Amino acid sequence: MPGPTPNVDGDTSSDHDDGVRIDMISGARMEGLTGMEKIRLILDGVRDGNIVILEEGLSPDEESKLIEVTMTEISPDDFTGIEIETYPKAETNNQSFLDKLMGRKSAQKLTVIGPANRIETLHKDENLISTLVSRK
Amino acid sequence: MGLLTNLKDSISRVTDGLFAADEPKRIGIYGPPNAGKTTLANRIARDWTGDAVGPESHIPHETRRARRKENVEIERNGRTVTIDIVDTPGVTTKVDYKEFLDHDMEKDDAVRRSREATEGVAEAMHWLREDVDGVIYVLDSTNDPFTQVNTMLIGIIESQDLPALILANKTDLPGADVQQIANAFPQHETIPLSALEGDNMDEVYTKIAEYFG
Repeated sequence: MPGPTPNVDGDTSSDHDDGVRIDMISGARMEGLTGMEKIRLILDGVRDGNIVILEEGLSPDEESKLIEVTMTEISPDDFTGIEIETYPKAETNNQSFLDKLMGRKSAQKLTVIGPANRIETLHKDENLISTLVSRK
Repeated sequence: MGLLTNLKDSISRVTDGLFAADEPKRIGIYGPPNAGKTTLANRIARDWTGDAVGPESHIPHETRRARRKENVEIERNGRTVTIDIVDTPGVTTKVDYKEFLDHDMEKDDAVRRSREATEGVAEAMHWLREDVDGVIYVLDSTNDPFTQVNTMLIGIIESQDLPALILANKTDLPGADVQQIANAFPQHETIPLSALEGDNMDEVYTKIAEYFG
């Protein structure tokens, strides 16, 4: 089971000044993590200037905590927060009663998260997220 | 002894439930910054209690602490619905003090305002998860409602099974598009209003009584 290491390859440096690092994290890697470990994994990457792409996104409760923790980490001239985009959710009504009862999440969708000062959404619809990522 | 303890616990749960049913429900007013949440909270509070909840401003993040107005009694169709209104800071995923500099603010004031704003958003999220019984979600009907913050917040509200009323505010402004909001969240009822002008407040109060009474 993968541990809550902040970066995918253990490289915590952000000295790739000539490019933008993108971490694409599979659902399997996130599966064994607690909500707080997921948030740390995301925010540590984003605070290093990386773009984090989650294959399966976060649950609503995790999204709520991500916003809360992000707010506590914002500091002037250092970190201004995150930009986050998912495909617009399909009707949540397609989650069956049993899914709700068992706490199973359905319709989790690919999510892109990056530093607010480096990522800008150009276009978003049900099938396409187009973002502009700037270098530092 | 165990039987008596269990019986006592059961009675306590029943009585707690009875009293809880009589307690006013806490209704959080949520939405993005500058949607008119405080204007609405003040409108409701003034109409039914004579007091305001907090200062209004066109500068984003004027409300940086959740403010509660208790025991707002709304009379509708011969009955009274009592709620606590919780006016919350506008929710966002980013706050940059430099944006406040555009509003003729000194850097120190802008930095302080941004720090308070971040604390306020964190507080609002905490209230949403722990302390509200229903949500009035306020949107500026002149803006695109298909934003990530709106999508996430509506998702969070739905995941908590909280009753939610969506209000399309600022219908007094040119360019207001209520239908766009209704299309964005078709699973919820959308009520148009102008909190500033007091337009359509009758319907808003009727819906508040219906959803949260």
